[in-house]
Amino acid sequence: MEYQWNWGVFLLPSAVNDGTYLDWMIAGLQTTLLLSLSAWVIALLLGAVVGVLRTVPHRGLSGVATAYVEMFRNIPLLVQLFFWYFVLPELLPAAAGDAFKALNPIAQQFVAAMVCLGFFTSARVAEQVRSGINALPRGQKNAGLALGLTLPQTYRHVMLPMAFRLVVPPLTSEFLNVFKNSAVCSTIGLLELAAQGRQLVDYTAQPYESFVAVTVAYLMINVVVMLLMRKVEVLVRVPGYLGGK
Amino acid sequence: MITIDKVSKHYGNFQVLTDCSTHVNKGEVVVVCGPSGSGKSTLIKCVNGLEPFQQGDIHVNGTSVGAPKTNLSKLRAHVGMVFQHFELFPHMTIRDNLSLAQIKVLKRDKDEAAEKGLYFLDRVGLKAHAHKFPGQLSGGQQQRVAIARALAMDPICMLFDEPTSALDPEMINEVLDVMTELAQEGMTMMCVTHEMGFAKRVAHRVIFMDHGKIVEDDSKEAFFANPRSERAQQFLAKILQH
Repeated sequence: MEYQWNWGVFLLPSAVNDGTYLDWMIAGLQTTLLLSLSAWVIALLLGAVVGVLRTVPHRGLSGVATAYVEMFRNIPLLVQLFFWYFVLPELLPAAAGDAFKALNPIAQQFVAAMVCLGFFTSARVAEQVRSGINALPRGQKNAGLALGLTLPQTYRHVMLPMAFRLVVPPLTSEFLNVFKNSAVCSTIGLLELAAQGRQLVDYTAQPYESFVAVTVAYLMINVVVMLLMRKVEVLVRVPGYLGGK
Repeated sequence: MITIDKVSKHYGNFQVLTDCSTHVNKGEVVVVCGPSGSGKSTLIKCVNGLEPFQQGDIHVNGTSVGAPKTNLSKLRAHVGMVFQHFELFPHMTIRDNLSLAQIKVLKRDKDEAAEKGLYFLDRVGLKAHAHKFPGQLSGGQQQRVAIARALAMDPICMLFDEPTSALDPEMINEVLDVMTELAQEGMTMMCVTHEMGFAKRVAHRVIFMDHGKIVEDDSKEAFFANPRSERAQQFLAKILQH
């Protein structure tokens, strides 16, 4: 049986009459973008804090940060997602659990997915931040301290500005990963890009068109991210240092 | 000014400093020399508490460095330190390198800090470079900026940790000249260095260390004319051949 290509499928009204199939794809794309970007914000903030804590000369703090990183990066993303979505609401204090369950189902899926992706990625960001701090010459910290700056001031004004510059390239990879990992969230029913693609196949029996469209959409997102991060790299370049002029 | 009293330090089983005692008087220039691994850098870093030590104590201007209740940041703010690898902050202009600690630590306002920074930058002959970044300067220039940065804090004494060891030979003198000038103005200085010419010209006393111990601690005349220990004699014989 020969495959019948039909790129016009996207312009057909959907089977449930809520616009065209293209509208489905766009809705999925929006969900993917919103989910990934909000997860990225969480990941950057938490990851920066945890990454810094891993390097501080305080056993308790760095121990907690290490445990955090090991937990979130050694459990499969899918398992973590099921935990946040199915298990945690039952473990929370009754009031908080009920509040979560009172949300509409889409919001429940979105919140669980966002928190899950955010925490998972934050562990990876934390490792990058830590490696950036450790990559600085040891004397930088001493120079800050020797001038009378406190340790927090030395981190804030001396070490972190350089450490973050060093880790822009690896953070770009993590940023790209958030978008790709977000596809896993279709497993709890969240209708993001990949899920919409699959749904379109179920309704139209045009799998090639659907998956080509999904592939192109992910590629486009990540091309934009790469260009954006390259801009960031250029912006934070230090004259006379690391590729700067 | 600086009193080092029976300081010992070890990393695990490895003894880095053993029972080191010496002192630096106000206005005195003391050069610390010795073979690599003798503990001289560690000793000088103990003076402002960058390296903790297990036994003994160090007093700087009457303040104990080892006492747990000492505010080390406050003490360090008035003890200038210059490092082997300059350690300017690469993401800041020279002007900001000079101002940062003045503003954050001494709470000077921006303009005052900038003015003071420029004054010392001028003194090390680099006023024209204030807008540049450290990476755009040569090693010798960076080290002179580092000295200016320490001086802008109005230090009561200066610690130099091998300030010329990472420099090309032609740049060593421009840094030593600044240090010599500083010594002539009466700055209290403790310098870890291999520059024996500098020691001969500028130092009042020379300390020779080996294997974590202070082996010689003498006036420079006595040290160069007639070192007592065999180890120092060997060291001088090797180093002064050139």
